[in-house]
Amino acid sequence: MKKEYVMGNGAIALGALSAGVNVVSGYPGTPSSEIIETIQKYPHDGLHLEWSVNEKAAMEVAASAAYAGARTLVTMKQVGLNVASDPVMSLAYIGVKGGMVIVSADDPGPISSQTEQDTRMFAEFCRIPVFDPCSPEEAYQMIQDAFVYSEKYKTPVLFRPTTRICHAYASIDLAVDFTCEPEQFYTPHPYEGFVKDSKKWVIFPRLSYANHAMIEKRNPEIGRDFSDYDMNVITGNSKKAVFTSGVSYAYVKEYLKDYEDIRLCKIATPYPFPETFVLKALEGVEEALCIEELSPYIENALLRTIGANRLPVKVYGKLTGHVSPSGENSADSAAEILAGFLGTAARESGIDLSDMPALPMRPPVLCAGCPHRASFYAVKKAMQELPDKNSYFCGDIGCYTLGNAMPLDMVDTCLCMGAGITMAQGFHWTDPDGVCFAFVGDSTFFASGMTGVVNAICNEADMILCVLDNSTTAMTGHQPHPGTGRNMMGNAVDKVSIVKVLEGMGVKKIEVVDPLDLASAVRTVKECAALPGVKAILFQSPCIAISKPAEKMKISGKCIQCKKCIREIGCPALIIVDGKVTIDKGLCTGCGLCSSICPTAAIVPDEGGARHE
Amino acid sequence: MNKDILICGVGGQGTVLASKLIAAAAMNCGNTVHSAETIGMAQRGGSVTSHVRIGSNAFSPLIPKGSADILLAFEPAEAVRNLSYLKKDGTVLVNSNPVKPTTESLNDTGYDGTEMLAYLKEKCCHLMIIDAEKICAPFGSARYFNVAILGAAAGSGRLGLSSDALMQEIEARVPAKFVETNKKAFLAGIAYADSQYNNGTQL
Ligand code: SF4
Ligand code: SF4
Repeated sequence: MKKEYVMGNGAIALGALSAGVNVVSGYPGTPSSEIIETIQKYPHDGLHLEWSVNEKAAMEVAASAAYAGARTLVTMKQVGLNVASDPVMSLAYIGVKGGMVIVSADDPGPISSQTEQDTRMFAEFCRIPVFDPCSPEEAYQMIQDAFVYSEKYKTPVLFRPTTRICHAYASIDLAVDFTCEPEQFYTPHPYEGFVKDSKKWVIFPRLSYANHAMIEKRNPEIGRDFSDYDMNVITGNSKKAVFTSGVSYAYVKEYLKDYEDIRLCKIATPYPFPETFVLKALEGVEEALCIEELSPYIENALLRTIGANRLPVKVYGKLTGHVSPSGENSADSAAEILAGFLGTAARESGIDLSDMPALPMRPPVLCAGCPHRASFYAVKKAMQELPDKNSYFCGDIGCYTLGNAMPLDMVDTCLCMGAGITMAQGFHWTDPDGVCFAFVGDSTFFASGMTGVVNAICNEADMILCVLDNSTTAMTGHQPHPGTGRNMMGNAVDKVSIVKVLEGMGVKKIEVVDPLDLASAVRTVKECAALPGVKAILFQSPCIAISKPAEKMKISGKCIQCKKCIREIGCPALIIVDGKVTIDKGLCTGCGLCSSICPTAAIVPDEGGARHE
Repeated sequence: MNKDILICGVGGQGTVLASKLIAAAAMNCGNTVHSAETIGMAQRGGSVTSHVRIGSNAFSPLIPKGSADILLAFEPAEAVRNLSYLKKDGTVLVNSNPVKPTTESLNDTGYDGTEMLAYLKEKCCHLMIIDAEKICAPFGSARYFNVAILGAAAGSGRLGLSSDALMQEIEARVPAKFVETNKKAFLAGIAYADSQYNNGTQL
């Protein structure tokens, strides 16, 4: 036995390793990315590990491996499950042989996502079981159980932690010490291999019909099985009961630790609903409060159960306005709701802060020296020089969404992964004389941008594709992608060339520029703006977080304090000290963008200055 | 021991290392520890927090409002921003050097931290103001701020963790080539706290 202090995502990874998982695939997305990164750090000889090109690919790689009997794990964030929904809906009908666990991390808040969608609803929609851990410790055990249930019922299962579970740290009791021999730490699950049987593995309407009937008969059985699952827990005994799940359980417990006799029911398996267990939890109960995040999932299931069994129980929660319908819960919101429901004491308040002074805002901005700043600036400049043209700037998902901030203000739209490329085309059809730009990162281009380019070509849209190629997946923590030339197995592989991909598609105008060479970048953009059809500009410059910085810059005596540098590019290293424009040595990477716009050439390399540490 | 410590600051200040050192030291002294950190976009110049919960009586990953024993703030405005987490008689250990928001040069609000420190003085019954710039002056780099502030916190005696336990974690977790200077910065932080007491600071 060995204790490890790990993040919730680490606990999920270690649990999967304990289960002998054979194939792990996924696509990075906050808050799920560290699961695959953790697996890479621990002994895992004999396991196949990959960042797939997108979530759909990850799901399909894992699916066939599970057909062969291998234990497979797929990881993504909740909106990634939308991308993978096509394979997963069908896969639910086909089923699997080896255990297949799909981790889809939800993000109440949302803290770093486009939506507050609820994976529990998705599970019900695709008719597959879902597990909902309430702590990193529980996640470690639960993911191992998930593999067992998946194999028992021959179905993929969902596992949905939320941000606060994924990113919380706890010490986990590992079954084995990771300092032991690697073979002892990780033993691959033995599997039979794929057995051909087209009646079983080829989806046809007739098979779907038969399997759908089977699934609807099976799911209530799983619900009964879940009623005995030891992570579904009832404690206390009172007429007023609290039903909860996931991290909300931890919030409720934080308050109820002083009221242990209150009936508390934790539901770890929301679908199929463990009705027998819930009926037991409802015995003697007159009023029930549901505290959960995202959808009123448990509340609705509870109402169904109570209605079907004609129980005289009143239910409170999101539907009655007692719990907020959106946003994340907290120990504080739970305490307030519980005190109101139970008629118990409110938690002791802290210091009275009603007279708090206005706080400085700290919105996220592009890093100092970020090459995306230069790319956006070049496009902005070019279009300013063509004042009679309307321009449309379609953004995408990645660091470069931050190009929306002042003073750049270069992102007009952002919808979902890859959408910018196709949305630029929609703007073209509503304003054929406009110049429609799509900004997309290198990783996003591979994940879901390529089909959009083909769409533009065959439908004759005019657009300029700007690939902001910084050789990494920067926002989620620098994962490799097809263009980086390395993979998660630690191997150097052929880089997929974006230029050749575009050439192959038939894009006739493809330019590669260094965004930090401002003049030529601006010239290229103007040139492309004058041409019809699909044009592509690759702005190539590595992310400053993975490259060695150049010599820092300094402001020389030639500065006339016009503040153009600050006003136009907004680099956080350009600051005002004692009323004068200054460069923060700790932040400047020496990218040189500011010096190329200074009207008096006052910004020069700081030759005597220390290099970036 | 049951202790809730909230560490806050601005992305890039090294709050994460400080929280790792505290959590590891507490764990090696036999405590159950949970923690939670800001991860993602906010790490870039945004407000960041680490919640460290020592003891087996903690359930929520984040410290409930009004119940942190200690607020260890790397920046004055961040201390005020997170003050609602502190319990009424909790302790605030705050670095006095302000970090101007990255947008400050665009729209000058004149933020320099003094108003924040004054507010803390008015509101907190246990307050130690730490001048990390002064502590770190001999080391010539802001990269030791975090360990210096941690040293001052250890020197305050409020963390409930011995300086030795923290020192051991610095040796174990800081990259070898920086260990020596980090140890010096940590000791300088402790000495700074001592000098504050000698100057009449009462926590
Ligand atoms: S050279 Fe100028 S624009 Fe580039 S990082 Fe330094 S201050 Fe910022
Ligand atoms: S643009 Fe040049 S002259 Fe104007 S404030 Fe900046 S450094 Fe000084």
